[in-house]
Amino acid sequence: MSTYTKKQVHDLVEGTLDWDSVHKMLSMPKDKERYSLYMEVLQDKATYDHKIILALGPHLNLVEKTDGGDIVAMCDCGHDFGDYKNNWKLGANIYVRDTAEKMDEVYPRLMAPDTTWQVYREYSCPSCGSMLDIEAPTPWYPVMHDFQPDLKTFFEWLELPAPAKI
Amino acid sequence: MTILQSLEGAQLGKLLRNGMSLDDYRNGILARSAETGHYNGIKTLEFKERDPIGYERIFSKVRAGLVNSREVAKKIAASPIVEQEGELCFTLYNVAGDCVATSTGIIIHVGTMGAAIKYMIQNNWELNPGINDGDMFTNNDCQTGNVHPCDIATIVPIFFEGHLVAWVGGVTHVIDTGAVGPGSMSNGQIQRFGDGLQITCRKTGVNDTPLRDWLHESQRNVRTVKYWILDEKTRIAGTHMIREMVQETIADEGIEAWEQFSLEVIEDGRRGLVSRIKAMTIPGTIKTVAFVDVPYTHPDVNVPSPFAKIDTIMHAPCEITVKPDATWRLDFEGCSRWGWHTYNANPTAFTSGIWVMMTQSLVPTERINDGARYATQFRLPKGTWTNPDDRRTAHADAWHFLVSSWSSLWRAISRSYFGRGYLEEVNSGNSNPCNWLQGGGINQDGEIHAVNSFETAACGTGACAMKDGLNNAAAIWNPEGDMGDIEIWELAEPLLYLGRTQKTNSGGYGKYRGGLGFETLRMVWGSHDWTMFFMGNGYMNSDWGLMGGYPAATGYRFEAHNTGLLDRIKEGKSIPLGEDLNPDDREWEKHLGPDAEVKRDKQCITTEAIFENGDLYLNYLRGGPGFGDPLDRTHAKIQEDLNENYVLPEFAKKIYGVVYTQDNEGVYTVDSEKTSARQAEIKEERKARSVPVREWMETERAKILDLDASPQVQQMFASSFALSEPFLNEFKTFWDLPADWDLKESSLGIPMFGSDVTMDISEMPDCKPVIMTEE
Repeated sequence: MSTYTKKQVHDLVEGTLDWDSVHKMLSMPKDKERYSLYMEVLQDKATYDHKIILALGPHLNLVEKTDGGDIVAMCDCGHDFGDYKNNWKLGANIYVRDTAEKMDEVYPRLMAPDTTWQVYREYSCPSCGSMLDIEAPTPWYPVMHDFQPDLKTFFEWLELPAPAKI
Repeated sequence: MTILQSLEGAQLGKLLRNGMSLDDYRNGILARSAETGHYNGIKTLEFKERDPIGYERIFSKVRAGLVNSREVAKKIAASPIVEQEGELCFTLYNVAGDCVATSTGIIIHVGTMGAAIKYMIQNNWELNPGINDGDMFTNNDCQTGNVHPCDIATIVPIFFEGHLVAWVGGVTHVIDTGAVGPGSMSNGQIQRFGDGLQITCRKTGVNDTPLRDWLHESQRNVRTVKYWILDEKTRIAGTHMIREMVQETIADEGIEAWEQFSLEVIEDGRRGLVSRIKAMTIPGTIKTVAFVDVPYTHPDVNVPSPFAKIDTIMHAPCEITVKPDATWRLDFEGCSRWGWHTYNANPTAFTSGIWVMMTQSLVPTERINDGARYATQFRLPKGTWTNPDDRRTAHADAWHFLVSSWSSLWRAISRSYFGRGYLEEVNSGNSNPCNWLQGGGINQDGEIHAVNSFETAACGTGACAMKDGLNNAAAIWNPEGDMGDIEIWELAEPLLYLGRTQKTNSGGYGKYRGGLGFETLRMVWGSHDWTMFFMGNGYMNSDWGLMGGYPAATGYRFEAHNTGLLDRIKEGKSIPLGEDLNPDDREWEKHLGPDAEVKRDKQCITTEAIFENGDLYLNYLRGGPGFGDPLDRTHAKIQEDLNENYVLPEFAKKIYGVVYTQDNEGVYTVDSEKTSARQAEIKEERKARSVPVREWMETERAKILDLDASPQVQQMFASSFALSEPFLNEFKTFWDLPADWDLKESSLGIPMFGSDVTMDISEMPDCKPVIMTEE
């Protein structure tokens, strides 16, 4: 079993970790303590005090709120998307590329989808404008609820104390 | 009542040392596995714990023998698909047809050849045609587990001291199977009856000798006889080398040790997957979906039946449940129906193919075997494109749908990796590995020929969460990733290279961008009668991007006829070379004669078109999707993108907000301060142009109620609704539609053959299909 330092995990998050270490991470059995180091690194970067318990994306985390212990999805900027069991996208802003002209902004026309077949839905934070996710479905497609973690089992697997409100 | 008769006094129960019939023996394993949750009821790895060295010794011999045999055997092949791209695989099975170990290569065939063995067991090949030492069986039947007809498997039973002790299978991807369209993954046909030669576990050799009726019949049913013969020799050589290795191993280790090992190693493999799921993923539910286009109304798609001339969309939703016991379930409820094209897949192709992907991520181990399947529950509803309920379906390019659907699985499982901090494992998805350059006719040697360029084995990979995707590096089905040598392709195909370069702007944007694909411009040269066609995605992407990253670019088609190029070359005039930098600029057309007929559009699926010498064909191999908000990309990387032609400056400005200067030699330098300022403006622009999701949902709901969508979108939903009430209900609930709302295919005004009455393979007389998934 390999182990890594908090500095190495920090560098991994920043995209600056040396290739030898990355290769070791890829080829060796996974380090169980990665989760805790990762949370520490993310917490150090956070602009809020709520406790990060899971990363949903580079700008989006599940946090246990300091005031009451509710678990919510939260943007780096502190925008609260609400209860973690709900789909955070329903609280986001959306821009839909559903015409050829809107697609022209992202690809040459011959390299972009035909919007009668497929659209791009760009979900961003209403407060800071960070791009949180992009869907590329057909028109009419329901908004995907990507991930519904079973936090109780997860913390059992990690052999760590679970947040109270899961 | 069975029509089966015993041949030459064959009796059940003579093959195995324990006196059981193969079918009874296998059914016992299935029952014990289902009852206990452990393969064959093996709760303790007794051999491994008692004698770990002996256990590992057998595994090492077997694995090394498989890999070595593959490497040796592929030198026999002449086809660049096998020799250059490594499109072959050898796998060892226990007597029940469950995989013990496999070689490197196209390991989807762990499952496909296993399904063929199980079919022989289940349909009593033991009595007729009999299973004897020295036999060879050949299978490529897509209704017996195969992916597509061009994957030909040779399966050899392994005997020791008069009893069956194992099976070995070898598969090669042959260049042609005599389908309506030339090339191994063609698309002119729409039914099995045009999909090329189909062989159902046929006994094709006895006493280690191929039968002459088989040789004559098979060779005259394909276009590329020379390659066919050498590919078969490749498979026979490999399987016989492995047979010898297994027999030697048993002689050294003892038959009891072998029998225990060949069962225990599968339970070991099952535990291996469980262990990795627990170590790397997060329990819970992940939903994902994928699509790809089937644009058949275009006049350049010529098919034999009018009911196939419709535009449709493949729909592959998937719900992955990682359970508390660290097993998992993949449920594809809601998939669209099979269709009149060659992109259908059978359940084994789907489930076995997933392991090609997982061995690059979740189980990157040499110990991949059928144990992983026993730790996985698959649900593939009957009637869908991945579990057709009609025996007429064609499968030649099953990959069009398979690779598209799997891209979403990378995205899904990567959410788990990212959540736990295993950023190095995150993959935003696979590219759609196409275009498939195919065609045929009379080649430069005056021979009947067919081609399928496997340059597509080196597309761009998806971005990771800590680095860019790799440029022109891999395809999901071929982890070895090799575009092949130009010189070899020019020998195999009457097509000269006018250019081969990375495809600018083909990778999805993001904090980390997707890997770029590449493009090759081919000029027809030396052929006599020649056709070609395109096969890939164009109107849609099959990948999405992850966590703020953009999908890769879609495909487009470029072909040119009556180019005047042969005259221009003689006259020393310019010709199209290198890259099609921005396809909208139509640079290549400036170097063609005045009468050139150019097709430059989104129609990336076509059927055979005539190509004369001097005509042009662009083979554009796709890029991979991106990861994370593009505004988080470092300015240094954006500068590199500009200077390496990875991105067009126009789109670097729009997407990354970059502000740069360019010197007299064309070198870009990013102004970091101005770029940061512009990026801050873009974030404000995003806020200004976007609306709350719930507000947008009201407008989208109104479009649904007005049936405001293209026919192909409506057909996709209607076909999924017809097959899945849960999907229909989920759709109606999400959009808050009236209780009586529905959408029927019959209301669309397009032919829907196969939507009502079908006939499944299981309705054939005396046929017991192998079913290994929930339906």
